[in-house]
This record gives sequence, C-alpha cells and structure tokens, in this order.
Amino acid sequence: MRIEVKDLRYSYGEAKVLSNIALDGVSLTVEEGDFFGIIGQTGSGKTTFVQHLNGLIKLGKDCGSIKVGGYDLGDKKCDFKALRASLGMVFQYPEYQLFAETVFDDVAFGVKNFMPEVSLEKTQEMVKEALTTVGLNYDKIKDKSPFDLSGGQKRRVAIAGVIVTKPEVLVLDEPVAGLDPVGKREFISLLHRLHGSFVKTIILVSHDMDLVAENCTKAAIFSHGKIYAVGSPKEIFSRYEELQNLGLDLPVTAYLTRALENNGVKINSDFTVDGFINAVRIKTNGKIDGGEL
Amino acid sequence: MALLNAENVSFSYDKRIKAVKNVSLSANEGEYIAVIGHNGSGKSTLAKLFNGLMRPDEGNITVDGFSVLEKKHTFEIRKRVGVVFQNPDNQLVASIVEDDVAFGPENLGVPRAEIKERIDFALSAVGMEKFRHSSPTRLSGGQKQRIAIAGVLALKPKILVLDESTAMLDPQGRKEVLQVVKKLNKEQKVTVITITHYMDEVVDADTVYVMNDGEIALKGTPAEIFKQKDRLKGYGLELPLAAEIADKLIARGVRLPDGILTEERLAEELCALKSKI
Repeated sequence: MRIEVKDLRYSYGEAKVLSNIALDGVSLTVEEGDFFGIIGQTGSGKTTFVQHLNGLIKLGKDCGSIKVGGYDLGDKKCDFKALRASLGMVFQYPEYQLFAETVFDDVAFGVKNFMPEVSLEKTQEMVKEALTTVGLNYDKIKDKSPFDLSGGQKRRVAIAGVIVTKPEVLVLDEPVAGLDPVGKREFISLLHRLHGSFVKTIILVSHDMDLVAENCTKAAIFSHGKIYAVGSPKEIFSRYEELQNLGLDLPVTAYLTRALENNGVKINSDFTVDGFINAVRIKTNGKIDGGEL
Repeated sequence: MALLNAENVSFSYDKRIKAVKNVSLSANEGEYIAVIGHNGSGKSTLAKLFNGLMRPDEGNITVDGFSVLEKKHTFEIRKRVGVVFQNPDNQLVASIVEDDVAFGPENLGVPRAEIKERIDFALSAVGMEKFRHSSPTRLSGGQKQRIAIAGVLALKPKILVLDESTAMLDPQGRKEVLQVVKKLNKEQKVTVITITHYMDEVVDADTVYVMNDGEIALKGTPAEIFKQKDRLKGYGLELPLAAEIADKLIARGVRLPDGILTEERLAEELCALKSKI
C-alpha cells in the first residue's frame, strides 16, 4: 500500500491562532516497502501527522487529501475499520493501553473490533500467531492478566494486539522509549522480522537519530508543521548545520563524520555504524588516511 | 554521614519475590549518582523507597538523619527528596501550568511572594516560561515532563531523583533538562540520583551503580563500569554508542586509546590520528 498525503492541514482549535497550527500543508509519499523514519522536534507535528493516517484524527474539509492504498480518507464511504486492520498503529508506551482481563482477550480485541466476521477458531489461531511472532509463549501467557507481566512483556502483548490483524503498514510512535538496551535491540530485530513478512511498510516516529540512521531506508524531517526535508538517511544526516538549527541531534556516526571532515578527513558512509567503521581508511600504523575531500 | 544513606535495604511487593535485595547506597551532598539496570531490575522501586513512598521491609534509609521507617519523618524527607517519575501524566495535578508548579511549595506553606519566585526559577530552569498560563493537557509529552520537573524543582530539594525522566524528551529537551540538572548539581550542590537507560547520561556521573535482579551488581566510576563490557551485557546493558564504535574501530586496527565513552572524545581522538603523510 502506497501512502500519499497532499497538502495536509490541521490545527488544534482555531486556525487563526498561529500556535494552534499543528500541520501546515504537509505533502509526503511513503512507498510500499519503505522503512520510513519521521524525525523532528517535539511539537513539530509528527504525531499529529501519523494520527491522520488511519483516521484517528479526521481529515478536515478542504484540509488536503490522504490516500492509503485504495482507501481515500476524504471519501465519506471510506471503510475505516478495514483501513485500521491493514494500517496498524503502535503509540508511545503502548503497554498503558492494555485493558482486558487476559492477554488473550487483549490481543483478540483487534480482530473482534476490526474483523467481526472472523470465527472464534480463526481468532484463536490469529492470536496465537501474533503472540508467537512477538516472542511470547502462547500457552503460558494467554490466560494471564496483562497487568501481571513485566514492562517488556506488556509492550510485546500490546504489539501483538496491533499485528494480530496482519497489517500491511505498521506505524510506530517512539516504540523503544523506556526499554533497556537489550530490550531495545530485541525490539528492533522484531521490527525487521515483521518488515520481512506480512508488514510491507514501517513508519517510525522517533527522536533517536541513531535508531533512524541505523534502520530506516528513508526519512522525513518535520519542522513547525511542515516537511523540511525528505531523503535517505545519508542525505538527511549530512545536512549537519541545518539539523542543528532545527534543534535536532546528529547520529553519532554523522557527528564523527562531520568532525573528521572539518579536520580534512573524508569519510563516505551511509551513517550506519558498520557502514561508518568500514569507510574509515586505516593505515598500517593505526593512523587514519585523509582521503580526498 | 552521607546525605542519603541506604543500608541493606530489601523490599518485596508480594512478600514472595524481592524487588530490591540487600541494597546499600550512599549519596553525599553534591554527588551525581547514576543507577542503571535492565527493565525490572529494581531501579524504580529503589526510587520510591528513597522518599518514603514505600518503606523497606528490611534495612533502613536515612535522609539528612531522618529515617524513612518513621512515619512522622515523611514530611521532612519529602522536602529533601524530590522524585520525577517516568510518566508526567501521572505527576501533573493542576489545570494550569503555574498552579501545578506551585502545588508543592503551597503544600509546604511557602509564603506567596516566594512561591512566585520559585515558579519563575523552576519554569525558566526547564525553559517553559512561555507556557506559564497554559493547560498541561495541551502540552506535548516532552513539555509535560519539563513541567513535572519544574514542580519538583520548586520544592528546592536537596536530592533530586530522576526516574527515567528524560525518556520521552526530544534531543533538545533532553539536553536542556540534563543541563539544568547538571547546573543544579554543580552550582547549588543538589545531589542527583538519576535512574536511566541512556548510557550516555551515565558518563558524567561521579558514581555508577549497576542493578541486576534487585541487587547492586557493580559500583564504580563510569570508566570503571564501562570497562566491563561483557559483564554489562550479561546484565542486559550495553556501552554508550560512542564507546561501542571506538571498540569496533580498535578491532579494525585504529590506534585509539582505551576508555573512550563520549562522541566528543572519540571525535577528538580520531582527528588526532589523521595521517600527515
């Protein structure tokens, strides 16, 4: 499913008040297969933008257009239930949204809600598959209360509740916040596993530049409700000064590349850690070759 | 005697499994302490024990000589230990930002004129002066967290406990808050105990405690702690990314010194290695 947003506008309250404007003419296309990063300062409109993608925030009249695959969100006849089954959304701290008495009921909720035609047997199968996918043991965990689980387990259950309908697009808002380093690493590898299976497209909203540089194929910078730039992480993160002016950090790899560049050492990498390390030209005496600037 | 002194503290939520086991930790005036550990290692439980939100089952914690085991000391302890938690939504109480920040000092009976001063100080410390008359519900997650921190700063605590309070901030917001915290620590000698998953927030600490399954597994300076990469991995932790990159470059033959923890230092060392020929 291709996502095509054109000239999207949104304001919290009256648009006449400048500080109310959250989105000010955003046009963005996310192709099927993208692992798309959305970065920008707090309040730049990232979350408001993604909340439009499944109709959580209703597209206003004369406020632009949003197309997700065959769904036209401006069309009155748009089937939002079906859309939400195929565009899954994981919010910040999704574990706070668990509500059911058992893990099974919590994960099954998405199926019952978005796909009411599915039989109980089939639902069971789907829940089992979702829990297994996120690395949990179905038989051991299905009857437990979600509130008796550890933080990491809760987050997995919450994700299972989103992927249970096998969405083609997965949108995640700060998904690794609050996880410890190992939990974070496991979570990212889960995302890549999903991206290689039924999930075709991932949209990741994050403040973590290292995360975006390492994992995304494309990224967009939001600033003051507008899109400031779109491109590969390599293109985005080589705009050192602009990023800084926007109040954004550089990934460590880009920070090092810039420092070396200022000292006459050219390193041409994609800003992934391994890409950076392999791009450093090392002399036999352990020094670094400057290369051609 | 240390300002905060925890001795052989144990705590259990369900009387079966100990969330905190035999922990001893002391914080001196002006010390900057970082506590790291995997999810569920007992770090946050410790934070709640520090200001008497929960009481130890075994052992004792004293703050400025006041024991958390005695109920009558609760007020004195809370005046001295301010805790900022993970989720600001659980910590904001009022419908207007300045009322929220004033809530703490009002409860302590601080005179009105001084409350105003404290609000000014706290809001400017977190860079939120402009939002003084806003409703917290209309703020973003990061902005809310800065208000929560301001609410604690308004109490002028001797000890500031940060329980992953920067997790939801954007890089700029996180930097601002860390700067504020470091400034309070340096200039006003506020003791800081930061509980964090960000390894790069640990590198400037005086002392680092590593928790694993409720116990203190390691204690030392950041350099001492991050030397033990394999043990840290065993505890579900990692090196700061800059240290990881330094390690990988050394493995490829770059002649970098040991013990690089920050990107600033790594950049410096790499630039110094530029071959002149």
